[in-house]
Amino acid sequence: MANMSLTKVPMPEQDPNVRNKNFEEVATGYTAEMAIEEATRCLNCKNKPCVSGCPVGVQIPEFIALVAEGKFLEAAAKIKETSALPAVCGRVCPQESQCECKCVRAIKGEAVGIGRLERFVADYAMAHDTAEIVKPEPNGHKVAVVGAGPAGLTCAGDLARKGYAVTVFEALHTAGGVLMYGIPEFRLPKAIVQKEIDNLKALGVEFVLNFVVGRSETIDDLFADGYEAIFVGSGAGLPTFMHVPGENYNGVYSANEYLTRVNLMKAYKEDAATPILRAKRVAVVGGGNVAMDAARSAKRMGAEEVYIVYRRGEAELPARLEEIHHAKEEGIVFKFLTAPVEVLGDPDTYLVTGMKCQQMELGEPDASGRRRPVPVEGSEFVLDLDAVIVAIGTSPNPLIRSTTPGLETNKRGCIVADDEHGITSKDGVFAGGDAVTGAATVILAMGAGKRAAAAMDEYVQNKNK
Amino acid sequence: MYKILEKKTLNANTKQMVIDAPHVAKKAQPGQFIILRVDEDGERIPLTIASYDREKGTIMIIFQEVGATTKKLGLLNEGDCLHDFVGPLGRASELEGLKKVAVVGGGLGCAIAYPQAKALHEMGAEVDLIAGFRNKDIIILEDEMRAACTNLHLVTDDGSNGRKALVTQVLKELIDAGNQYDAVIAIGPMIMMKFVAETTRPYGIKTIVSMNSTMVDGTGMCGGCRLSVGGEIKFACVDGPDFDGHLVDFDESMRRSAMYKKQEAHAVEAHECNLHKMEVK
Repeated sequence: MANMSLTKVPMPEQDPNVRNKNFEEVATGYTAEMAIEEATRCLNCKNKPCVSGCPVGVQIPEFIALVAEGKFLEAAAKIKETSALPAVCGRVCPQESQCECKCVRAIKGEAVGIGRLERFVADYAMAHDTAEIVKPEPNGHKVAVVGAGPAGLTCAGDLARKGYAVTVFEALHTAGGVLMYGIPEFRLPKAIVQKEIDNLKALGVEFVLNFVVGRSETIDDLFADGYEAIFVGSGAGLPTFMHVPGENYNGVYSANEYLTRVNLMKAYKEDAATPILRAKRVAVVGGGNVAMDAARSAKRMGAEEVYIVYRRGEAELPARLEEIHHAKEEGIVFKFLTAPVEVLGDPDTYLVTGMKCQQMELGEPDASGRRRPVPVEGSEFVLDLDAVIVAIGTSPNPLIRSTTPGLETNKRGCIVADDEHGITSKDGVFAGGDAVTGAATVILAMGAGKRAAAAMDEYVQNKNK
Repeated sequence: MYKILEKKTLNANTKQMVIDAPHVAKKAQPGQFIILRVDEDGERIPLTIASYDREKGTIMIIFQEVGATTKKLGLLNEGDCLHDFVGPLGRASELEGLKKVAVVGGGLGCAIAYPQAKALHEMGAEVDLIAGFRNKDIIILEDEMRAACTNLHLVTDDGSNGRKALVTQVLKELIDAGNQYDAVIAIGPMIMMKFVAETTRPYGIKTIVSMNSTMVDGTGMCGGCRLSVGGEIKFACVDGPDFDGHLVDFDESMRRSAMYKKQEAHAVEAHECNLHKMEVK
């Protein structure tokens, strides 16, 4: 008999006032008992609506049934059939708008905690699975992946499992992309990402770090080196600035810079070689997950007041509900319907002293269908600050498009690729993830990497017929 | 890992290293730079490529020991390895078509001015190289520079070697003496580049400066190296490092460079404490 509880088994978490001073993971994960209890809430529907909500098509009821029986390693193997990074996805996927929003249990009460169960299973397997990863039989073909973020890692894993010799080229000194430099330790421990990367290495994937495609070599150079097909998963890492006066004062960071210093360079540690300003009063401009990550990081580094400055209302915040909830619990203050007008600074030290803001009200819907914020006349006010973090979005880096003749991009700088196969305008070049869509989610990037891997396999096999 | 093949001391705190880095050497061009990390816990620092050897697959860097990381780098020896070494980064200098050029180097900047002068000299351009140092003890690459230009003008702030003058004085005299330069290329401390740009501005001579902003990734993903050029935000790592000196907001760039002064001083102190401990052992 199924467990008919209307709510999920709660996730154990660190106390908000303890965790807002450390970088350890906020949610500490289910125990085996909790996982089994939650798993029995799944009704094992025949038509499996949850699976249609998962961009990589994880066999959700099957793995949950195995969890309910206590067969955790078998459950992990079931997920691994379709998903390359379950420990990551279980933590950072917006399940509420994917698998869990399709769950039948969500019609009355809360959806089954699919993400929490996926995470439990993946963590359990990492701790308990002693089986050696077997390298697949080589098929004699060589392919390249540009960028070691979620799209590239997924694509590389799928191709390696098919026997390809896969080389991943990564510009930074660490593979993982946004999983390493963007999402903070307290949401996604870096040891977990590294473990997933090590698993890919065990599969035979070769990683070439410190290699900037577009500078170290071009896409055409890689073809000349003998790669038969190339996947471009270079992401959308170019930060957008606000273009308001005072934006170059010391203490104004892009969220990319702030989070890279904190996460990749470990500037949150006292003895880190990479410096960062430890500000007391911080404003983060923007309302997405990146803004929440930056604000919560600033709080953990000792800021007394941290504001989220967002030009629309609470209902329009693009961040995950869970992250907004966590941020509020940790003492982040939200300034809704507020837009920056100017960053103020000390002319001598050049340090940020504040930000002039303007109240907004919501007007008519704009092209995106959301109501456009309109300034309220005479509503300007100043927030006293030591740092401003700009988290208003990113776009693809121009390095690859500017050095790859024949690769079509759109006016936003995104590579044009068909959604189903990642095929671009250049023969043999496939693309997916944020490089194609602009900034989106980890799981969408993984889905794109997965579909492109299948298309690349078909392309190489056809070419060699 | 990237092996140090050669190490040479150029002056008391300036060192030259040749690094085994075939991926970088394959594509390197004058004006480009690399980013390195000394060890696993290290920070990323940018250094200009002083020269490259495509056949041997090597890159030469020249650095001054000014802070914790460069001091740590200076302690490494031939045979030791750098943890990370990525490049070539930035845009190559646009030297094509220049027939007569004044290259101005200040202090360590001469290490970068010299390969620019050499590249132009080899392309057949007439090159006046003006090299300025604080005093004679810190002069580097004198012979190399002499061989890489038409005329070398060596000056020191205190007159301890060569003429006692500032590079801007020499440049102004050369212009006033009727030298018609297609371009002036200035590389050195920002304050020097600023004054070179101010010297040439009234004459309307195209002036290219190499901006040494604070960097993290060096690939355009963070904007830490941003500067104002003609009122627009540019990233030194991907749009530069070369920019039109008459359009750069030097005052802003100099203040941005001082952003972590306190932390840097602290890091040097901590580093020296550690060295002291090592000696005691």
